[in-house]
Amino acid sequence: MALSSSSFLSTPSLPNSKSTISFASSVSPAPIPSLRRVVFRSHRREMTVRSKIREIFMPALSSTMTEGKIVSWLKTEGEKLAKGQSVVVVESDKADMDVETFYDGYLAAIVVGEGETAPVGAAIGLLAETEAEIEEAKSKAASKSSSAAVAPSPPPPATSSPAPAISQPAPVAAGSDGPRKTVATPYAKKLAKQHKVDIGSVAGTGPFGRITASDVEAAAGIAPSVAPPPPPPAASPTATTAKATTTSSPPLLPDSSVVPFTAMQSAVSKNMIESLSVPTFRVGYPVNTDALDALYEKVKPKGVTMTALLAKAAGMALAQHPVVNASCKDGKSFSYNSNINIAVAVAINGGLITPVLQDADKLDLYLLSQKWKELVGKARSKQLQPHEYNSGTFTLSNLGMFGVDRFDAILPPGQGAIMAVGASKPTVVADKDGFFSVKNKMMVNVTADHRIVYGADLAAFLQTFAKIVENPDSLTL
Amino acid sequence: MQSAFSLSFSQSSLTLPNRPLSSPNAAPRNLRFCGLRREAFGFSPPKQLNSCRFQVKNRRIEVSAAAGGNGAPSNKSFDYDLVIIGAGVGGHGAALHAVEKGLKTAIIEGDVVGGTCVNRGCVPSKALLAVSGRMRELQNEHHMKSFGLQVSAAGYDRQGVADHASNLATKIRNNLTNSMKALGVDILTGFGSVLGPQKVKYGKDNVITAKDIIIATGSVPFVPKGIEVDGKTVITSDHALKLESVPDWIAIVGSGYIGLEFSDVYTALGSEVTFIEALDQLMPGFDPEISKLAQRVLINPRKIDYHTGVFASKITPAKDGRPVMIELIDAKTKEHKDTLEVDAALIATGRAPFTNGLGLENINVATQRGFIPVDERMRVIDGNGKLVPNLYCIGDANGKLMLAHAASAQGISVVEQVTGRDHVLNHLSIPAACFTHPEISMVGLTEPQAREKAEKEGFKVSIAKTSFKANTKALAENEGEGLAKMIYRPDNGEILGVHIFGLHAADLIHEASNAIALGTRIQDIKLAVHAHPTLSEVVDELFKAAKVESPASTTPQSVKAAV
Repeated sequence: MALSSSSFLSTPSLPNSKSTISFASSVSPAPIPSLRRVVFRSHRREMTVRSKIREIFMPALSSTMTEGKIVSWLKTEGEKLAKGQSVVVVESDKADMDVETFYDGYLAAIVVGEGETAPVGAAIGLLAETEAEIEEAKSKAASKSSSAAVAPSPPPPATSSPAPAISQPAPVAAGSDGPRKTVATPYAKKLAKQHKVDIGSVAGTGPFGRITASDVEAAAGIAPSVAPPPPPPAASPTATTAKATTTSSPPLLPDSSVVPFTAMQSAVSKNMIESLSVPTFRVGYPVNTDALDALYEKVKPKGVTMTALLAKAAGMALAQHPVVNASCKDGKSFSYNSNINIAVAVAINGGLITPVLQDADKLDLYLLSQKWKELVGKARSKQLQPHEYNSGTFTLSNLGMFGVDRFDAILPPGQGAIMAVGASKPTVVADKDGFFSVKNKMMVNVTADHRIVYGADLAAFLQTFAKIVENPDSLTL
Repeated sequence: MQSAFSLSFSQSSLTLPNRPLSSPNAAPRNLRFCGLRREAFGFSPPKQLNSCRFQVKNRRIEVSAAAGGNGAPSNKSFDYDLVIIGAGVGGHGAALHAVEKGLKTAIIEGDVVGGTCVNRGCVPSKALLAVSGRMRELQNEHHMKSFGLQVSAAGYDRQGVADHASNLATKIRNNLTNSMKALGVDILTGFGSVLGPQKVKYGKDNVITAKDIIIATGSVPFVPKGIEVDGKTVITSDHALKLESVPDWIAIVGSGYIGLEFSDVYTALGSEVTFIEALDQLMPGFDPEISKLAQRVLINPRKIDYHTGVFASKITPAKDGRPVMIELIDAKTKEHKDTLEVDAALIATGRAPFTNGLGLENINVATQRGFIPVDERMRVIDGNGKLVPNLYCIGDANGKLMLAHAASAQGISVVEQVTGRDHVLNHLSIPAACFTHPEISMVGLTEPQAREKAEKEGFKVSIAKTSFKANTKALAENEGEGLAKMIYRPDNGEILGVHIFGLHAADLIHEASNAIALGTRIQDIKLAVHAHPTLSEVVDELFKAAKVESPASTTPQSVKAAV
């Protein structure tokens, strides 16, 4: 096998097909179609002389494989690789396989993250020959991922923070006991890596000041992924005594229980208290949804959700009323946002999170729906990146599916307005000629920061919104 | 965690490169004990038992008043035919077999009957692992949902878990003691030592003579120097099995069987774990492909991190308001690499033979790093390289294969020899298992070992693999993660090694180990039938997937008889 020309050698490791795969006869790495070598060479020529940064390609693990999913990266960014080590696990149409490096070096950047897919031959990561080249490789990765077609993923290293996002566990400067070194538990490190939190920036609250999983979760603004088993009564006195000394409150009724907030619940609580400092007011508006419902029936088979329709409509209305998309940061000025990013409240197990549909006014309905599905999936599995839940400029909250006819939302700090959408239901209406008819009406109620948004602004915005919803053809353009 | 852990190639300088190829571990001891116990209480032996057995019984009854034991010694000049020093699983297996062979037998125990395996090893650890397996399942919401089950938050009571482990050890210890008493083995209490040829002392000054002597004194946890064990925050498996605490964060030094099993227990009970491994890879004793997969399933998704290629040069227990401190140095350069601060440290760097004070100097035997040198028939070799007559050593004390069931098999082999049938135990047919969730098991050679042997001896090696994902029963249990792998000779169908990682792997390995022990070839065993749907079909698939050039041998006897 002419592997010498390729940077990665794939070794079949776990046959996971439905039927048994036998690797009888001597063990031989899966035959690698010539396709890969061609791809590899062309890429390589492009980037040879400049530096010793090599691309890691999605290998072809079977003759029928056209794209592969990254099951997991076995190495983290910045980690040293030795020839022959497994770097990444790729799931093809047939099996999960380890992909090994054919060169020594450093895993400089991960271009295609875990759980994402890339076509055979696409760069999924970068390998730097020396430590010095890691930074260069990273900037390359940033440009690369923006052009990566199949993996519409946030470029991992570029967006999170300028410092290397993942702290390397092993090589802590030898012997230097000077400044207090960071101590993080194994799970805290795993979570930090998963959520791309710089562990160096997290304050540790655990025993001996160590960083625990809940510290990382708080830093990432998420709820604990798995509730740890209740600590055995005697086991961790430190944890319980600290919390026991809270302010005295009326004694609990017998058999009642106190359940501390999760990190996410604490974040919600903090935001709610903060919201009290903002002078808000509310404006309601009934919207006729017959046309919207008809449109929804039409586009539903194409995967469009009601959330996407409403977000798109709100986005388009906001484009005409920028002040409703603005925010008041210091009490002295308007901060007009350049993008219209609609945060949509989602209830998840034991909490609430607001994944953000970015550029809701610009993206088409189908892309928006697709994006929404992805975000919800990530939210459920607690995989949302910070910019995917904290970049909203306007919030949408919909309780219509529960039959709620109208409600009032609290304005999240940092935003100018939030829209509360009730259920659409048949209502008897009289037209100007006195004829009665039955129309589907939905109550929309917007809460806004009166420092920047005035009653007329909000009313005008709602009027625009209602017009878009009542003549929804523009939504599909 | 098992009776006889290996010197898990991790940290210890005791690591023996010439160690038997297959690596160590324990077996489901209690299953075996049940079998033995039935035999022990079986006063109405089934018909097919040979007459020899009846003679034994008769003789015992006749002379019991005089000898008060299991018959009279065949040679009147000795107190006993066989004396075994150490009533662990090895000594127990030897004693039962000796009685069956008509030997007047005594067993000397200085501590508790059952030895490491029953009291501080495989038995209590299986109790803890039974708990951890259930916790793991109940906590896995996704797993439960996929069954359509809803379970509210699972919790545990530490003392209850600890009691389960100690109750199991007590029960098995009683079974073991009763099985020997029922057969009339004399259990002599006190520390035993060899006074001279065919002469043993036990307790303060009781001296007995025996025609043959078996040393079966086992091993103790090995603690490398620089590590201070306080039994509370820096512990060995002896302490860990009592489960006196469940630390928030525990470092486990050594990622062999013991370390791996404890990581399974601790993470299931809510601890976070940091492995410290001297070699460059975790789980160094396993077939590389299995350890790679095992790492992906047992380490990566759990709350575990690890440092490889490092020694724990110094470990200080928690005191004066400071956590446990672990100094890590590079395994090769010995440079300081890191300092860890954790809540507890478990030393699982293997086991050291327990052979001090055995009086070996009286018979001119010098231990090698504590191990008693023996030949392939477990006959003790003295300082001049000569065999010591009538003296044998089995189990961890000889270091051949530090597994409870290996000790027992060696003991039976010795009894066969002293009763006139030459017998050499094939260590490559002894299975080993690690009871993580899912389990790991193996028998025979790993792939690299097999390839090395093949190159030397000039034969071809083939590999067959099957996945648990293809097994109906595994899928019904939602446990499709797993791999079985067989290394074999395509020319004659000989099985060289089988490695299984998956649900109940430890129970599945025996079809392969029996085939190796009996010399059964793949082309024959592949015709055997397995019930459907069972996990055993994983092994069946393995046999059927193999491509052997030789034809099956003639129709087996059993098939003819059935017709």
